[in-house]
Amino acid sequence: MTGSMPTYLGMPSFPEAAREAVGDTLLRRNLAHATGTIRARRAEAVAELPDWERLRGSARQIKDHTLAHLGHYLRLLEERVTGAGGTVHWAADAAEANAIVAALVEATGETEVVKVKSMATQEIGLNEALAEAGITAYETDLAELIVQLGDDRPSHILVPAIHRNRAEIRDIFRRAMPDAPAGLSDSPAELAEAARRHLRAKFLSARVAVSGANFAVAETGTLVVLESEGNGRMCLTLPRTLITVMGIEKLVPTFADLEVFLQLLPRSSTAERMNPYTSMWTGATEGQDFHLVLLDNGRTDVLADEVGRQALRCIRCSACLNVCPVYERAGGHAYGSPYPGPIGAILSPQLRGVGSKVDASLPYASTLCGACFEACPVAIDIPEVLVELRARAVESARHPLTDAAMAAAGWTLRSPARLALAQRAAGRFRRLTPRRLPGPLRAWTDTRDIPRPPPESFRAWWERTDGGRRP
Amino acid sequence: MNSRAVNSSAVNSSAVNSRDRVLARIDAIVPPRPAAEIAAGRAAIERDYLRRHSTGDVLDLLADRIAHYRATVRRVTPAELPGAVAARLAGRVYAVPEGLPRAWLARADPARLVEDPPVADLDALDGAVTGCAVAIAETGTVVLDHGPGQGPRALTLVPDRHLVVVEAARVVADVPEALERLDPARPLTFVSGPSATSDIELSRVEGVHGPRTLDVLVVA
Ligand code: SF4
Repeated sequence: MTGSMPTYLGMPSFPEAAREAVGDTLLRRNLAHATGTIRARRAEAVAELPDWERLRGSARQIKDHTLAHLGHYLRLLEERVTGAGGTVHWAADAAEANAIVAALVEATGETEVVKVKSMATQEIGLNEALAEAGITAYETDLAELIVQLGDDRPSHILVPAIHRNRAEIRDIFRRAMPDAPAGLSDSPAELAEAARRHLRAKFLSARVAVSGANFAVAETGTLVVLESEGNGRMCLTLPRTLITVMGIEKLVPTFADLEVFLQLLPRSSTAERMNPYTSMWTGATEGQDFHLVLLDNGRTDVLADEVGRQALRCIRCSACLNVCPVYERAGGHAYGSPYPGPIGAILSPQLRGVGSKVDASLPYASTLCGACFEACPVAIDIPEVLVELRARAVESARHPLTDAAMAAAGWTLRSPARLALAQRAAGRFRRLTPRRLPGPLRAWTDTRDIPRPPPESFRAWWERTDGGRRP
Repeated sequence: MNSRAVNSSAVNSSAVNSRDRVLARIDAIVPPRPAAEIAAGRAAIERDYLRRHSTGDVLDLLADRIAHYRATVRRVTPAELPGAVAARLAGRVYAVPEGLPRAWLARADPARLVEDPPVADLDALDGAVTGCAVAIAETGTVVLDHGPGQGPRALTLVPDRHLVVVEAARVVADVPEALERLDPARPLTFVSGPSATSDIELSRVEGVHGPRTLDVLVVA
């Protein structure tokens, strides 16, 4: 079931959008600072666990096992959630999911909902759909609030306002937050305090909340949300009605499986030993009405693709964004999708098909340096999927690259063996900087420096060391 | 009203179809297997990671890791506990959940304790004092299962301060041991430090919506 997700209106192809973004010095500076900081902290948090690779291996196997028996585990989840007093709804695509949520909200007689950040609801454009039904959705994550008040789009999975600095945030608050204190400064503590006061009344009066979920446990029907600010807890516990929208791939089989993901996810995403708050609940809790909306929206298409399927292991930690040289330069908006960065480059075209200009160009939004694969806590081989998608984009009549140079690049990219050769050849010049990105990305790097590539490509390293088994 | 009823029943019937369509599509891609085969597949998943990362004293580690989150933490003896609780509550009005051991509050001013307040009253209180179900030393995490002495979930969320008493017997070394002890049928809240955000230029700011002050007393 092919998915629909908003391709942001009039979205240009990735190279065009990226060219604009890399020209924005302020944006580049905000991004470089942010991704650099997260990278360093994350490396420390990961190094603290000597068994990181083993946790990663287990996580990969747990997710692959679940996907291989997805029908079984989804039916089990449905049975357990229903048994615990919750109601399960199924949505084949975005329109159905939005209609289900809107009808559930309407049934309560409310016209406002509070929301905790959720990739799935961004993917289906829920806020816009609710607005059409006369329902106002209030985003409650600080970053989402900044994005919403700034009439902007999120640019990072984890830090959606990563492209805004504190002075810009103060200006947005002064302009769009009616109860912002008159002398509001740009100190992060004051800005956070303003948001706390702004949203408190909303939380205390809200009767309906919409959330996503990080995990669902099939065996017990338990839903899991990880967060930092406490707005998640507010949304999950205070309103009488809770509606959770979750992709069908978010399952793990057993409660004990969470021991792997609760170790991997916080360290990999926010570089913490544990995020401030994790909430778990099973069915209708403390007298609430609980509705779980299970969303396909293209995921079964991804499941059907044997190479691409691994993208469904993603736990949305955003580590791959922070290590990606292309993301650091281009920013999240250039990807034209709620899923930016390397994971977005493989997930968006798979969920939506390569029909649009931006989706057809996304598989090229990478230098194939392999850093994303090495960072990924569930070991998704993003370069492998990219190469596969490129081969398809090249075969498809709709591929965006038609000049002779690209025909040559296409010839290279269609064959993994030829690609390996080309990469190795490029590696010989790795010490000669500045360089241009190969292929279609050249267009937007020809006036920019790109980061010095690693002395050896991941692929060359893998072959030389037999996947790290030889020094 | 009528159109609402029509709408939601239309949604319901299409949702039923969607369930069958989505599951049929999944079954066509990854065909159903016998339960025994699925169980065997699950058992074959390698789990060669460590059950715990440290072998030292779990109480020291817990205190160290909690302090790292900029929570205040102190180790006390059972005899010192009532005094330590009273010192932290001093001058403020705290919510007390049903089932909290009375001995913990022996030295606190009863006029400033509110027993089992309704949710609507919580915003006017300074804090809440609770026990916990489990504490995880490696990650500096306190886990509430909202049983006796812990209150409903809102109790430790709405007021700006949370004082939690951790008895030594509730402390485990690491995450896997914690999950073994917890019951997923209960609501669970894992708390690792005060609420925080790094959304503004990645500066960590304590306290956005949850309690901005987390006090922990470890009793041994
Ligand atoms: S692909 Fe891997 S690294 Fe990227 S967000 Fe998903 S889990 Fe994290």
